[in-house]
Amino acid sequence: MAGVMDDAVVRGVGKPGADGRQRWLQNVLGQVKSRAIPVALYLIVMYLLVRVSLTGAEAMGYNWQWYRIPDYLFRLTDDGFQWGEISLGLVTTLALSLQAFLIALAAGLIVALLRLSDLVVGSALAVAFLEFVRNMPLLVLLYLFYYVLGPIFGLDRYAASVLCLGVYHAALVSEIFRAGIQAVSAGQWEAARSIGLSTGQTYRFVVLPQSIKFMLPPMAGEAVHIVKSSAIVSVIAVVELTTTGRNIIADTYLSFEVWFTVAVVYLAITLTLSIFVTFLEKRYAVKT
Amino acid sequence: MAGRRPIIEIRNLDKFFGEFQALNDVSLTVHAGERMVICGPSGSGKSTLLRCINRLEEPSAGRLTVDGIELTGAKETLRRVRTEVGMVFQQFNLFPHLTVLENLTLGPMRVRKIARSEATARARKYLDRVHIPEQADKYPAELSGGQQQRVAIARSLCMEPRIMLFDEPTSALDPEMINEVLDAMVELADSGMTMVCVTHEMGFARKVADTMVFMDNGEIVEKSPPDAFFSNPSSKRCRMFLDRILEH
Repeated sequence: MAGVMDDAVVRGVGKPGADGRQRWLQNVLGQVKSRAIPVALYLIVMYLLVRVSLTGAEAMGYNWQWYRIPDYLFRLTDDGFQWGEISLGLVTTLALSLQAFLIALAAGLIVALLRLSDLVVGSALAVAFLEFVRNMPLLVLLYLFYYVLGPIFGLDRYAASVLCLGVYHAALVSEIFRAGIQAVSAGQWEAARSIGLSTGQTYRFVVLPQSIKFMLPPMAGEAVHIVKSSAIVSVIAVVELTTTGRNIIADTYLSFEVWFTVAVVYLAITLTLSIFVTFLEKRYAVKT
Repeated sequence: MAGRRPIIEIRNLDKFFGEFQALNDVSLTVHAGERMVICGPSGSGKSTLLRCINRLEEPSAGRLTVDGIELTGAKETLRRVRTEVGMVFQQFNLFPHLTVLENLTLGPMRVRKIARSEATARARKYLDRVHIPEQADKYPAELSGGQQQRVAIARSLCMEPRIMLFDEPTSALDPEMINEVLDAMVELADSGMTMVCVTHEMGFARKVADTMVFMDNGEIVEKSPPDAFFSNPSSKRCRMFLDRILEH
């Protein structure tokens, strides 16, 4: 989708003069047209959702208290500025996701390289790991880390959460690495070998730099995915965004306002990530 | 080639791809400084033979010695031989994410471990030799096919190999770019490089080859000096092949 659009942009802008301007205009109109239906659908769905929530809340006599929500984001008191619980929960979610993602990247690369290596034991290990993790519900994996590995290795709930999310996503990330590496043509390997580069040097200088452009879009999806799946650690009471929401509701019964707010905060994180990656994709685009 | 020492010795080489036999008991000797041109119909095993010489393909049976080093599976001999043997591919296989200059200095710096300044000087020297010194800072995609293939030749030369292998170097090129690549190859031949070329460019073959080899069905059918090869090939298969490609 993005590739097709890029091509259209390049072709449209490439032509100079009035002809070029006309093509550019057509191109913009085309993009608006091609997006009109999804945008309209989105607006209709959002309208219906809001409508249903409002009428439903009204029917059950829900008492909206939106004015209490800002306090949970930040407070300005006589002591000065203070972050609220939801903001602190957001920071924990971000920290948790980032640490888990770094573990997933490192472990995922190792698993992918093992899988692609000539070592029989190595690739068997990698496949065993992949099948184990991919066929296990994330929740069960989290319980394994917290209730089994936790006591054995003395992991607290936060460390168990980071490791669990890291391992779970390492399996998914390793498949992205593998696909990206295999997308680089065999001719590149042959050329690298023919000038005497070793396997490690070929990965480092020739193959991996070229796979980045293949890996960025799915890797972005994975980063978004990790932020979302981090919500699951609320079941072992790590105080991140979702747990914070639950705690606030337990005190205040503001379930509608709080869950709407939490949902918007998650949406803000994932959309920001998506925009950042679009920027990266443009930067790393390699001409072939 | 009397008196010259053999630099590539191939003995009884077999290569199977599954059930298919790509090479059938091939024996061949290339001497230092010799220019050999291998031709034959597609699927005859020419490329496979070439790729066995620097071990991009693993032979199924037989012995292969390059510059006195017997090629076994061992990694160290493999890398040593690959630095002595340059290879130019049909599809160029330049590294698209690196500039021309970086394509040329990667091997010397990482494999030969020479300093960047020296590698750069060497790269410029060989870009000069293939007549495209002004393209050093461009990316491969910005060059024409003929220029890309000349960069690929320069990239191999930067490793200062003793032998150059060419695997149909002009087959992927537009006709008007073939000559610039062949010219670079002729100049290389004149400099005394040992060359083994798989190509159907018979004009080039007549000009530079010391030895012509014709392969069919994984076997070497004919091996002779170009005069005899073109005027009076001894095998019927070779004559038919030459008739077909020399028609025009």
